[in-house]
Amino acid sequence: MDLIESPRAQDWPKPLKAETRGLSFSYGSRLALKNLSIPVAEYQITALIGPSGCGKSTFLRCFNRMHDLYAGNRYEGEILLYPDSRNILASEVDPIEVRMRLAMVFQKPNPFPKSIYENVAYGLRVRGTTERQVLDEKVEQALRSAALWEEVKDRLLARATSLSGGQQQRLCIARALATDPEMLLLDEPTSALDPIATASIEELLLDLKRGVTILIVTHNMQQAARVSDWTAFMYLGELVEFGLTKHLFTTPSKKQTEDYITGRFG
Amino acid sequence: MSAQSSPSPFPSIARRKIAEALFKVLGLCSLAIGVGTLVLLFGALLFEGITRIDWQFVMSFPSRHAAQAGILPAWVGSTLIMLVTAVVGVPLGVAAAIYLEEYARRTWITELIEVTVTNLAGVPSIIYGLLALGLFVYILGLGESILVAGLTLALLILPVVIVTTREAIRAIPLEIREAAYALGATKWQTVADHVLPYSAAGILTGIILALSRAIGETAPIVTIGALTFIAFLPPAPLTTQPPYISFDWLLSPFTVMPIQMFGWVSRPGEDFAGNAAAAGVLLVGMTLTMNGVAIYLRYRMRKQVTW
Repeated sequence: MDLIESPRAQDWPKPLKAETRGLSFSYGSRLALKNLSIPVAEYQITALIGPSGCGKSTFLRCFNRMHDLYAGNRYEGEILLYPDSRNILASEVDPIEVRMRLAMVFQKPNPFPKSIYENVAYGLRVRGTTERQVLDEKVEQALRSAALWEEVKDRLLARATSLSGGQQQRLCIARALATDPEMLLLDEPTSALDPIATASIEELLLDLKRGVTILIVTHNMQQAARVSDWTAFMYLGELVEFGLTKHLFTTPSKKQTEDYITGRFG
Repeated sequence: MSAQSSPSPFPSIARRKIAEALFKVLGLCSLAIGVGTLVLLFGALLFEGITRIDWQFVMSFPSRHAAQAGILPAWVGSTLIMLVTAVVGVPLGVAAAIYLEEYARRTWITELIEVTVTNLAGVPSIIYGLLALGLFVYILGLGESILVAGLTLALLILPVVIVTTREAIRAIPLEIREAAYALGATKWQTVADHVLPYSAAGILTGIILALSRAIGETAPIVTIGALTFIAFLPPAPLTTQPPYISFDWLLSPFTVMPIQMFGWVSRPGEDFAGNAAAAGVLLVGMTLTMNGVAIYLRYRMRKQVTW
């Protein structure tokens, strides 16, 4: 018993891209996240798993201050972004600055009802890039990174909404990558997709982690096991267990984790 | 047994279908009464007025002789007033709606403003006329002019524009806004690049419907002192001398289509009744044209924005 409970030294990642320290979050009076301290390893994939309503999406949305868009939300604690150790939750940090550093991909593909090109270019346009050549280059690069270039290079001016669901989600990934973010936040990016599209996104994530740190929320445990290096298991707004994915899924140290990953609840 | 038709094991079906049949008849009657009345009214107007509609009628000033009278100042007045109304009312209304929907924090003050705006849409139009008479004509001294009429109708359509714009804006999915914000867009960039373009079709429909209501308004225009008999046109907006553009027409006296029509209806004699009917047909035509433009533009914009 002692052996299992004792923290495993190798179960703490290094170097870190980000880290939450004592992060709590509340919607009005409802406390949704309780005192979470979770590290995010640089150039690796960290997965957040847990049953519906455990707060994993809420946690992810703290990273780009999405909650600031709605009144009555409150953060406590810190999210430190490395290497500059900036606390991105600090009140003097503009949420826009945070969103320029960390890009997000949502649960449901949400392309703008504009052309494929304009979708990918939008992040750059927001930042004031107008040079056609720069835009063209960045758009192509982002679409290549998202493994979509070959499929759309002949119809960049076609409507983004004419793409299939899987293509739309890869377009959203391209849109997020176009501005060279430091981290990619993915909120159940395959939950609206079929198994084939899901497989292609998973493959893509494994390619992408060489260039960008990835934090992904998933309700699909197999997905977490397949793609992630580190996994955090959350339950009712609390962190139950964090560790190397291969350890967490084979020898979880907490009974609750074991029950969840073996399908006894959730 | 198999060849024989047996009674349905659910006898209640027939019973429940009676109510359905009854409603069908009732609904059809309601529709017939509504549409039938309209068709009859417009038919009568058309029958009475169609013989009077010709180029001379459209291009002539009013006259004591019914056969020589025309609606030139009336349709010019209506058009110019609509122009002022649109230029003033639309930007104000759309901007107010965007502010309320995207910027304002939910407090009791914004709630109060919302309720007030909605209620203002239901205030009788003559009240706006009285307000305009006091404010624009007496206090600001703008006279009984096209400008005052346009401003009055702009006030009148403001609540309608605000309400319909807010509805159009609210129809834009939250995910689209979040996608823009997540890319680092400011609120204004999100509004200008996404919210407004995607809701433009809905906003436009609201604007045109509001304008086509305004074009038929009579009460507030009478209140601020429109003339019923006018034998001149406002000064032209374009001149031959620099600066080639003139705003004198804004302060010109005016009449509008419904007032011209009313003026003729209140005269004795068959001939003027024919004129009134003809003006009525043309007024309906103007309104339908505006609605047609709205439908066309909405169709064009919907085709551009596909979800």
